[in-house]
Amino acid sequence: MTDSILQMRDITKTFPGVKALQDVNLDVRRGEIHAICGENGAGKSTLMKVLSGVYSHGSYTGQILLDGQEVRFSSINDSEEQGVVIIHQELALVPHLSVAENMFLGNERRGRLGLIDWRQTNADAAELMARVGLRENPVTKIGHLGVGKQQLVEIAKALSKDVRLLILDEPTAALNDTDSEHLLGLLRQLNASGVTCIMISHKLGEIASIADRTTILRDGRTVETLDMSGPDTTQDRIIRGMVGRDLEHRYPERTPQVGEELFRVEGWTVDHPSQTGRRVVEDASFTVRAGEVVGIAGLMGAGRTELAMSLFGRSWGHYVSGSTYLHGQQVRMRTVDEAIDAGLAYATEDRKYYGLNLIDDVRHNTSAAALDKVSRAGWVNGLEELKVANDFRRSLNTKTPSVLSPVGKLSGGNQQKVVLAKWLMTEPEVLILDEPTRGIDVGAKFEIYTIINRMVAEGKGVLVISSELPELLGICDRIYTLASGRITGELPRAEATQERLMALMTMEKETAR
Amino acid sequence: MTTPSTLDAKDTVTQKEEPPASTMNIRELLTHNLRQSGILVAFVAIVALFSLLHPNFLSPGNITNIVLQYSYILILAIGMIIVIIGGHIDLSVGSLVALTGATSAVLVVQNGMPWYVGALAALGVGILAGMWQGFWVAYVGIPAFIVTLAGMLIFRGLTFLVLDNISLSPFGGTYYEIANGFQNGLFGGRGVDVFTLVIFAIGVAGYAVNSWRGRRAAIRYKQEVVGLPLFVLKIVLVAAVVMWFAYQLATSRGLPNVLILLAFLVLIYGLVTQRTVFGRNVYAIGGNLHAAQLSGVKVKKVNFLIFVNMGLLAAVAGIVYSSRMNGAQPGAGNMFELDAIAACFIGGAAVTGGVGRVTGAIIGGLIMAVMSNGMQLMGIDQSIQQVVKGMVLLLAVAFDVYNKRRAGN
Repeated sequence: MTDSILQMRDITKTFPGVKALQDVNLDVRRGEIHAICGENGAGKSTLMKVLSGVYSHGSYTGQILLDGQEVRFSSINDSEEQGVVIIHQELALVPHLSVAENMFLGNERRGRLGLIDWRQTNADAAELMARVGLRENPVTKIGHLGVGKQQLVEIAKALSKDVRLLILDEPTAALNDTDSEHLLGLLRQLNASGVTCIMISHKLGEIASIADRTTILRDGRTVETLDMSGPDTTQDRIIRGMVGRDLEHRYPERTPQVGEELFRVEGWTVDHPSQTGRRVVEDASFTVRAGEVVGIAGLMGAGRTELAMSLFGRSWGHYVSGSTYLHGQQVRMRTVDEAIDAGLAYATEDRKYYGLNLIDDVRHNTSAAALDKVSRAGWVNGLEELKVANDFRRSLNTKTPSVLSPVGKLSGGNQQKVVLAKWLMTEPEVLILDEPTRGIDVGAKFEIYTIINRMVAEGKGVLVISSELPELLGICDRIYTLASGRITGELPRAEATQERLMALMTMEKETAR
Repeated sequence: MTTPSTLDAKDTVTQKEEPPASTMNIRELLTHNLRQSGILVAFVAIVALFSLLHPNFLSPGNITNIVLQYSYILILAIGMIIVIIGGHIDLSVGSLVALTGATSAVLVVQNGMPWYVGALAALGVGILAGMWQGFWVAYVGIPAFIVTLAGMLIFRGLTFLVLDNISLSPFGGTYYEIANGFQNGLFGGRGVDVFTLVIFAIGVAGYAVNSWRGRRAAIRYKQEVVGLPLFVLKIVLVAAVVMWFAYQLATSRGLPNVLILLAFLVLIYGLVTQRTVFGRNVYAIGGNLHAAQLSGVKVKKVNFLIFVNMGLLAAVAGIVYSSRMNGAQPGAGNMFELDAIAACFIGGAAVTGGVGRVTGAIIGGLIMAVMSNGMQLMGIDQSIQQVVKGMVLLLAVAFDVYNKRRAGN
């Protein structure tokens, strides 16, 4: 029998209305690097949260065995005590504190009278930093380090907790090639010194180079666990495992009537707003034609939302270069205002943060981006506004007690309809819909698709960003793939399959064209 | 295409299901907007309490006094509620009241210029100060708390400089009449000023007509409205209270100038906040800054204007206050900002922004006013007064938080 450090048996975790995990099994051998891959929403992060005690024992069903003993974690502290440490994709470091302070946060080195022993703290930090190959002064502020080095601090922090099982959630997603190489090298080294690793990753090349075994999740279930040295294990096989499902939703029919080119983007390049020199979108070029639904497929961190928001009046990041054309004419959209005037609309993926004023009513949210349509000389015509809001409520079939109800009380699907109403009211020519069906139920999804079809029937161009490949295949005429901020491919609907898209979406920089 | 028909079918279903204009009974009316009716009930209760405790509280002379004594706080509260809805705060208005009053005193008292030169100069200084603060908040991006804390010190310092550390008085003449004068006698009347009654009657009639039109529009748009008897009862009740108030004023000294000014400001700013693009942008920014930005709201410009407007209203309050005091003192307006802020929060504004109304701030301010006045009449110690006012502010906001939490569950 092989020696398992961790066994997760029949893990099932439900959220209201959704089964996030269903009978998931995971077996990690002592001393291996075990990769977990799957599409966005496949349940990878949920599984790791169950493992690390973020979701406490009792909120899921199934068993977790550590070294053959059942464990019941009710918090992160419990799991860390057992040497299980998770490093999240969003690093949990305090930028204004020093490297050493961050490393021992919540685990301070104390001396006499319970006061912090700074000499001990900094000495211990220096020792741990040496182990991860980080040459910095322990008193340097975290904010002064790049993401790559911050990642190393997180690992050093994990080592300070005597980690036996280290879980990394997409550790290289935010790193450049050199930093990624360094990190992977460090993982191999730690592994050799006896630390077992679980690594969630979207990068198949990376998985092939570092993992001993890979477990594939899909729709909250385990598909299979592959031995990476096995002769049958190819990237194609992993991709098949990740996407291999039937089109389970139904999509409204539409006869495409694609017209002239409406919107064109050339050489769009954008840098991260705060991390200088980090390129998030690189040389992206694409077109949208009148009456066409164009998809953008990309995994988390590929730069989809960043691309869309930077196009929409430069609402994200630092613009570096690139130009935009409407009807063949170059247009500058330096502010959201100018973008709306030019005929662009962007419905956000994050309704609550970027999309709606939740404490205000449906009516005011509907008119938020197009108040000029119902006002004259700065005075809002309240009755007209009410009428327009009611018209949209009817035509989009928004279920709300009244347009005077607070939008925060509506369900996700109905909130999404209010977002769409808000943008339709600006009478745009090109609509960018970022994850238009995220977090809404199947029935509402169908209605959203119908609304998209109606928009293109009116000759508008629609650009849909989505994590769900079946959705893109179901509604788009053409699909671009995005990986690491670059457009890696373009497929017409007839040629697109989930496998081909996933292969393009997981393509790494060297091969991307 | 099959799907639009599906939607159409659903459409008709929803249309049928749409409820006809229904009516609310009195319980629903009160709970419909618990916060608003809550402070109104509190206001009535406090007035009732003091009228029981002190026979002179509701005398014509004292009612006139309350209006005159707290008008400048109410003016500040109008500007402050807009600042707070936008998600900011302004700590500098007390100092700005002093600075604008001092400016006009230097011109009118010291240099003998006409009253309107002083008033216009004060307004100019207020607008400039507002632009200064608006620039730092909106275009540089410094939190309003810091900018206006700095402004509080800067404007106070400038007041001392302008006044050369001494008090200037008296204004006299027309300037003095701004806050201390009355309109009366126009239509005569024996012991009762008919002019005051007529003005109020016109106001009440306007209110009734406007309410009626609003109700008709609401019915046309299938909104829930109060039943007709209740609607009429409400109008009659409001009319009775207002006309009683008018009668008290009419039997005293007539219609105070500041009350006319105040009514005008409440009307204008009520419209600005509820009916203009600017007003709606303020709510949008305070409610969700990110969503407002992504909706094309010119956030910087709106924030700038919020502070310019606050500067302007602080100047109006500065003129009224200096007129009422008949002079300018270096220490004038001390702590006014806190009274104005308290009025807004008692009146239902949210600390996080996006919520609040001009009428709410006015009622909040009136609660503070009647409490101060009532406690003064009863000869309650100044220190106890402070404690009571603090408790009222705390409990009002606690009531709000409690309500929200209950609504959330």
